[in-house]
Amino acid sequence: MSAAAPLAAAATAAPETVPGRGRRPGAGLSLGPALGLVPFLVFIGIFLVIPTITVVVGAFQAESGGFSLEKIRALGEGTPLRALRESVILSFTSAAVGAVLGALLAYLVVTAPPTSVMRRAVTAVCGVLAQFGGVTLAFAWMATLGFGGLLTSVLADLFGASETGASWLYELPGLILVYSYFQIPLMVIVFMPALEGLRPQWREAAVNLGATTRQYWLQVAFPLLRPAFLGSALLLFANAFAAYATAAALVNQGAPITPLLIRSALTSEIVLGQANFGYALALEMVVVVAIVMSLYAWLLRRTSRWLS
Amino acid sequence: MTGGRVWRVVRWLLLAVFAVFFLLPLVALLDFSTKVPRTGERTGEAWRGLLEDPAMTEAITTSLLLSLLTVVGMVVLLVPTMVWVRLRVPRASRLVEFLCLLPLTIPALVIVVGIKNVYAWVDYLMGDSALTLTFVYVVLVLPYAYRSIDAALSSIDSRTLSEAARSLGAGWLTVIVRVISPNIWTGVLSAAFISVALVLGEYTVSSLLNYDTLPVVIVALGKSDAPQSMAAALASILFAAALLVVLSFLDRRRRTPGGSR
Repeated sequence: MSAAAPLAAAATAAPETVPGRGRRPGAGLSLGPALGLVPFLVFIGIFLVIPTITVVVGAFQAESGGFSLEKIRALGEGTPLRALRESVILSFTSAAVGAVLGALLAYLVVTAPPTSVMRRAVTAVCGVLAQFGGVTLAFAWMATLGFGGLLTSVLADLFGASETGASWLYELPGLILVYSYFQIPLMVIVFMPALEGLRPQWREAAVNLGATTRQYWLQVAFPLLRPAFLGSALLLFANAFAAYATAAALVNQGAPITPLLIRSALTSEIVLGQANFGYALALEMVVVVAIVMSLYAWLLRRTSRWLS
Repeated sequence: MTGGRVWRVVRWLLLAVFAVFFLLPLVALLDFSTKVPRTGERTGEAWRGLLEDPAMTEAITTSLLLSLLTVVGMVVLLVPTMVWVRLRVPRASRLVEFLCLLPLTIPALVIVVGIKNVYAWVDYLMGDSALTLTFVYVVLVLPYAYRSIDAALSSIDSRTLSEAARSLGAGWLTVIVRVISPNIWTGVLSAAFISVALVLGEYTVSSLLNYDTLPVVIVALGKSDAPQSMAAALASILFAAALLVVLSFLDRRRRTPGGSR
């Protein structure tokens, strides 16, 4: 073994010294090429890493400077805790609704012929709705169910519902509805590759062994799709938890969820120390999203074992 | 088989329900933006107002300029770096990927909370203009841009290409600009389209840093002139849709072997 090690080292080092490779001898070891990354690293450092560090440090700092757990402790008080709970309920519900309905829609799309107009239309619409900003979606639902909205007047005519529109639209149930409007398309986009990876041969094999359709789904397809489904649902959860624009455009006053509480912490200068409390709230948000995204990455690795 | 027929009916019913759910709010936007409140007459007033209201035209210009600058910044920052990593410092590829995907884990809202100090310097050095938002936007579009450029880079043999060019006497700049870039342009283009769509709809950063971009103005207008803000919302989503449809066509061309290229 001791003799093999230098040999292996020589073998890996050899290409670096071959002139035809376009490298100067020993270039792989010198700092020269790494300098090419400096502009990128500096940019990311200033506009992504420094703000993040500011948030983390600020969350552990007292008003007068110095280390303090005071703001972290304040996260456990009534208002922030209630906002976190509502945020989790909103993210969880909209992720669950989005995951189930999105998976259903993805299945309807995948079973259509690949060239069909329906398939193309659904993918295009989903791409737009999942990626485009939340303000528009909030406005679309206000035009539907808000004051003078399309559905409001129809409902008022048909069932004598209130003409001023649904007030629940501007509270948690409304947020769940509007969030689902971008969660379902996102689910279609992230879950469709997994459904497409379900090989027809597996079904044939199951049927050849005497399985019924029901058995195939319960014992082959669902277990195979489970990691991909859970992973996508986690992504939806993180997406909803991090979303801000839709809720901000829909809810003008009050702060039922964490992102809106951060807004009021940033914009209000009435309560002393509120501005810096934003750091602690932001840190809380990063922690939640980071946990969820790590779980997502882990499940994604498990998925790629079968369905890729 | 009756089971098959039942399933076909159920299938179309379900698709119809989804279609209504997704299209109804957009129809409602159109309805609201063309209706005179109270009387219920139809009018194109709100849509005309989009181009006549100075605040609105200014916001549209700002947002379009911002998306242009963001695309330029993204390309200038990302393309040379990613090509360089592939050709010269492959050991750094995991680091660059991690940094590029980081904005998915650090929400835009968190970046806004922490960026006050950085922006104090940006404003000091470059003046207090909405266009300085470009810096944050480049960060926000990184994950999407990274993925499409990475896919394009993976589909070509960049190493052989660059070796061939180098052995013919080309410098690294020539390799990146004239050899690799033309081969990954569909990837760069799709990154650009997604960036434009993202920037046009971006509200979190611009509203909290108090810059008047299109979504910020739409929300502000929602309180005074609802129909016009609805018209602007619908117009912006249709514009983004058009962009992404163009993108999907580009995507298809790249995937079909022996296409037009």
